Amino acid sequence: MSTALHIGFIPLVDAAALIVAVDKGFAAAEGLDVTLAREVSWSNVRDKLNIGLFDAAHLLAPVAIASSLGVAHVKVPILAPFNLALNGNAITVSLALHAAILDELDGDRFDPMATARALARVVALRRKNGQEPLTFAMTFPFSTHNYQLRFWMAAGGVDPDEDVRLVVLPPPFMVDSLASGQVDGFCVGAPWNSVAVDRGVGHIVHFVSDILIRAAEKVLAVRQNWAERHPDTLAGLIRATQRAADFIEQADNRDEVVALLAQPERVGVDSDLIRRTLEGRLKVSPDGTMRESGNYLLVGREHASRPDPAQAAWLYAQMVRWGQAPFSGEALKMAMSVFRPDLYESALKTSAQPAAAGAIGAFTGPAFDPDDIAGYLQSFKVSRQAR
Amino acid sequence: MSADQSPKIVIVDESPIRAAILQEGLREAGYTGVVHISEMQSLLSRIYALDPDIILIDLENPSRDVLEQMFQVSRAVRRPVAMFVDQSDAASIQASVDAGVSAYIVDGLKKERIKPILDLCVSRFNAFSKLQDELARTKSALEERKVIDRAKGILMKMKGLTEDEAYVLLRSTAMREKKRIGEIAQSIITASEMLK
Repeated sequence: MSTALHIGFIPLVDAAALIVAVDKGFAAAEGLDVTLAREVSWSNVRDKLNIGLFDAAHLLAPVAIASSLGVAHVKVPILAPFNLALNGNAITVSLALHAAILDELDGDRFDPMATARALARVVALRRKNGQEPLTFAMTFPFSTHNYQLRFWMAAGGVDPDEDVRLVVLPPPFMVDSLASGQVDGFCVGAPWNSVAVDRGVGHIVHFVSDILIRAAEKVLAVRQNWAERHPDTLAGLIRATQRAADFIEQADNRDEVVALLAQPERVGVDSDLIRRTLEGRLKVSPDGTMRESGNYLLVGREHASRPDPAQAAWLYAQMVRWGQAPFSGEALKMAMSVFRPDLYESALKTSAQPAAAGAIGAFTGPAFDPDDIAGYLQSFKVSRQAR
Repeated sequence: MSADQSPKIVIVDESPIRAAILQEGLREAGYTGVVHISEMQSLLSRIYALDPDIILIDLENPSRDVLEQMFQVSRAVRRPVAMFVDQSDAASIQASVDAGVSAYIVDGLKKERIKPILDLCVSRFNAFSKLQDELARTKSALEERKVIDRAKGILMKMKGLTEDEAYVLLRSTAMREKKRIGEIAQSIITASEMLK
């Protein structure tokens, strides 16, 4: 007899492990009869998970933490026993803003500090000339996209709340908004950056792995009370998803994985875009310039699937830095306990792995220390932290 | 907004029919200040310009995430907004998610005042889905009628039957094969096209 599960997802390449686990039959092999529900907004995914319409979900890692802390929304304890992806986002700007940044650039165009300082000069120039502030879009208030964009521009001295407009925009609207001049840049996941470059309306200025070497992006999220009542089902789901993550990372399986993801009821975009994303080989400029990075998107390799509480602590620190949540030791502990490596390890019968060195690896600022978040946050000049 | 004044309500919905159904329901219930936004570009600035007390949005709308930004304390947000989810009232949020609608309220509006509006929303959204189902059924019934008419024509021509005889033949075959008349009619059309 198999167990029926409803799992929500947003059509993005980083839902790959979940999609492959179901469509390749790995979930069925664990006795799970999974129905994947394609959703249109993170708010929907969060709410349907919270009220039990979904048993599990592909979720923005910061949303799992915000839900567990009851920040800005209903408090529902959520667990992340599996990390679906690390990194995978990129920052894309319009042709005009790209030219302006290159004009002001003093250094390497792939060095985020150099581009952030150039952006600060563009912002100052626009202000002097009485032009409207630049508008940047990201996908959700509680998203890595929001924090990565803020981290980058703030490093160059741009205050994301004062010097530019930072707005939420659903990913499918990003490219049109960039083309029409409604926004000047955005931070979003695959495939949307590539879509902008292919349409000739944007340049990818950074992979987010330029900004942070390893950042938890999407997690497999479940309600804590559900996890407690269904430990065996959860363990089966973790095993199926791990099998899928391993399958995805094998280059021999690429054609099959790309075909599964490209199906209209799954990610539903051009298979070539999906392939480039999985390979970490992206066209970054409309003139055809390619860029490759082994850190672009990690699905299963380099222990990417194991949830790392230090990542949860970093995400919580961003909520504090940008005034979304007050700081408290108790909340920090709660945030870290959302990420559950113990459930991951017991399901897979693996022993504890050492955390990857330089878990976050930001391009600037002190090394991140979960035990000294106050000290860490004090080192940043631009901040909305309630002091 | 004073206590006896009707709250200003904004409906964000790309479906003009559903929005009209909801708008009508709200007007009948005495809510006079209702505005419909169907264009998702610059959604937040439109909403700020209207400065509503309540925002209703359908769950099929990706722009729901845009509204989440209004929870944030930032320079862009004029009045803090909350989503209407009462932790003590799980049934109410369940009903609204099931119906496919979500409500956001501006700080300071009393729960007692939003509850009847949300209830009305839920019932109108459900009514709309029912209407859509009926429409889909009517449409497929019409399609079936067309298929049967074509099959009758083929039978009349090929076997020299009258219209009534052709229909009787279709019906008796369907009964014998335990299929719907529409299915039999479709197979006649397919077969005749193959034999052309």
